[in-house]
Amino acid sequence: MRIALIGNQNCGKTTLFNQLTGSRQHVGNFPGVTVDKKEGPVRGEKDMTVVDLPGIYSLTPYSAEEVVTRDFLIDEKPDCILNILDATTLERNLYLTTQLMDLQMPMILALNMMDEVRHNGTNIDTARMEEELGFYVVPISASKNEGIAELIEKIKKTVGEPLRRRKYVEDDPGTLRREGGDFDPCRGSVHTAVHTIAHLIEDNAKRIKMPVRFAAVKLLENDELVRDKLALTDTQQDIVGHLVEQLEQELGTDREAAVVDMRYDFIEALCKAAVVTKGVNKNAARALKIDKVLTHRIWAIPIFLGIMGVIFWLTFGVIGAFLSDGFAALIDAFIGWVDGLLTSAQISEWLHSLICDGALTGIGSVLSFLPTIVLLFFFLSILEDSGYMARVAFVMDKLLRKIGLSGRSFVPMLIGFGCSVPAVMATRTLTSERDRKMTTLLVPFMSCSAKLTIYGVFTQAFFPPAARALVMISLYVIGMAVGILYGLVLKKTVFKGDPIPFVLELPAYRLPSAKSVLLHIWDKAKDFLVRAFTIIFLASLVIWFLQSFDLRFNWIGADADKDGSILATIGKFVAPVFSPLGFGDWRAVTALITGLSAKETVVSTLTILLGVGSTAELVSGGLAAMFTPFTAFCFLLFTLLYMPCVATMAAVRRETRSLRWAALAMLVQTGIAYLITLIVCQVGLLFGL
Amino acid sequence: MTLDEIKVGETAKILKVNGQGALRKRLLDMGLTPKTLVTLQKLAPMGDPLEFTLRGYELTLRKADCAMVEVERL
Repeated sequence: MRIALIGNQNCGKTTLFNQLTGSRQHVGNFPGVTVDKKEGPVRGEKDMTVVDLPGIYSLTPYSAEEVVTRDFLIDEKPDCILNILDATTLERNLYLTTQLMDLQMPMILALNMMDEVRHNGTNIDTARMEEELGFYVVPISASKNEGIAELIEKIKKTVGEPLRRRKYVEDDPGTLRREGGDFDPCRGSVHTAVHTIAHLIEDNAKRIKMPVRFAAVKLLENDELVRDKLALTDTQQDIVGHLVEQLEQELGTDREAAVVDMRYDFIEALCKAAVVTKGVNKNAARALKIDKVLTHRIWAIPIFLGIMGVIFWLTFGVIGAFLSDGFAALIDAFIGWVDGLLTSAQISEWLHSLICDGALTGIGSVLSFLPTIVLLFFFLSILEDSGYMARVAFVMDKLLRKIGLSGRSFVPMLIGFGCSVPAVMATRTLTSERDRKMTTLLVPFMSCSAKLTIYGVFTQAFFPPAARALVMISLYVIGMAVGILYGLVLKKTVFKGDPIPFVLELPAYRLPSAKSVLLHIWDKAKDFLVRAFTIIFLASLVIWFLQSFDLRFNWIGADADKDGSILATIGKFVAPVFSPLGFGDWRAVTALITGLSAKETVVSTLTILLGVGSTAELVSGGLAAMFTPFTAFCFLLFTLLYMPCVATMAAVRRETRSLRWAALAMLVQTGIAYLITLIVCQVGLLFGL
Repeated sequence: MTLDEIKVGETAKILKVNGQGALRKRLLDMGLTPKTLVTLQKLAPMGDPLEFTLRGYELTLRKADCAMVEVERL
């Protein structure tokens, strides 16, 4: 038995999914789009799985998420639709329900957040709703795990018992139930038109196994995807055109508005009958009060920056540093222990190095990201669950609109200044595929904290103390500026066309539940670890191999990055390409290559290749042989802009669900870095810098 | 007049939704249908987007999109 879980964004869908499955889920994806399809067995129920579909408001042909959802429902024919609604905004949530009803599939409604509804003094008569709609309506509170058992019972009932027995008039596509009754969602002139079109195209729809009523309504709404699929004859098209014309004349409105109107009329009537509101909505009143401060004209932005500042300080400073150091010490201790073990076992030197320097160090460097990711997503899920993130989107929207994004992209980009990996992972909460893809492309231009190590060493070596801060700030600003320009270009090229209009709901403020926050962290950590032990691990091994062997595949020793290594050979071979950028030295180029494993590696590689003992020596003398202050700046500029580390690449691949896309993104980014550094360097040289 | 022209605290009745394709459909889908009453709650700190209440819920829209919606002041 397969249940499709559908609902608006922000209605508690994921929470319900986690309650149903205990989060034992399998994540698949929909072909061609970056939308996740999570599927998991329902806890304690044999043969019952639930599929979590994207959060949507409607079933239009305009957004990838909506098309994916309706295609899934029509093509895969789940046994039951589980439509979850935020009962605190019932009217708007019921709109999707009326569309799902067109599909004529077994369905059940879960009214979520009923605890809040009760708290607000509102009474929803679910029995009355059941009577009027013709399917079960179960009040639940997903975050408190209330009503879930009853929900599962009613799902079984819905599937076991054909809809017909719930007074559904199946052979009449024009009615859902109660022919001519007050609560038929399809009424008046629209009803007549849908009815007529349904009869007209019945065979076409049956041929492609599309619910007849759905096909008829979509035809009426001028849905081109459905029209093309139905393959209507010219005569049929003419008749439909005629019917539409008649309808539009009769109602004095156009076809799309007519259908929407009819739906909302039905919803209003239904809510009038089943919902009794007493007193004021306490949560809304509280939200209004909090919003007076958090979205205040003057204070909103300082408050937001303050909150993010504290999060950064805790994540990358106090707690983060403590955890990362502890973690690193543990890993080092473990590597030391294995090292001793291998030495006493007297295995060959290269195998020893493969295990310690290649595998374990590789895993170790990746694991050092873990505390950052866990901490950041701890804070982020609190911001998201509490409802604050929607306010951030509201406040920051105007800034990002010019590059074709919405306020929702602001937080991922900001996190990019800390670490690109969680920043890319945070794009998952963006609502459209377009925004997700575009944000992952722009995040790497926000200079991450690992690059700070490189800036630190170079500015100390080449610039007087007074100029150092200026150089660093200029790098950050250039990164952002290039990101903005890139965004503008993308908006005009790859992501051309109208973005889906920005609509945002400001949900009531809620106390985040510990369970939901922990699950979210676990989700992200697991996601990251899986990648750490596959793609990132492999990449570390490749880099180790290139560092430790020469061209004839002779082992040249564990002290990596030596002159004769394959990596150095590649560096020497590629170096001339970088001469016009001001740093044709093979050691600089080799350092950039090892920097792909993690950016701070650039410094350690240079230390080894220049044969100096420490970073301090690098600063005091080593680097001066390779760069002038100006070419050092060019090197930093390239470091700032070129492709991100392997961990970020893996995250981009994961979030865009396309290796090709990720690879192309990295190539383009490196191309941009090359071009900009080239121009800066050549112009600079022209002026005698 | 259009929806972006009403003042904070004012309520207006929707007359017509202009535009086409995805944009128009999305506005309609969110419940901005003729005869619906819409109240402007507040502006974002940078003056855009705008937050409205309609049909018992809060909805945030950009000014440019609001310009598609013809309304009359109540």
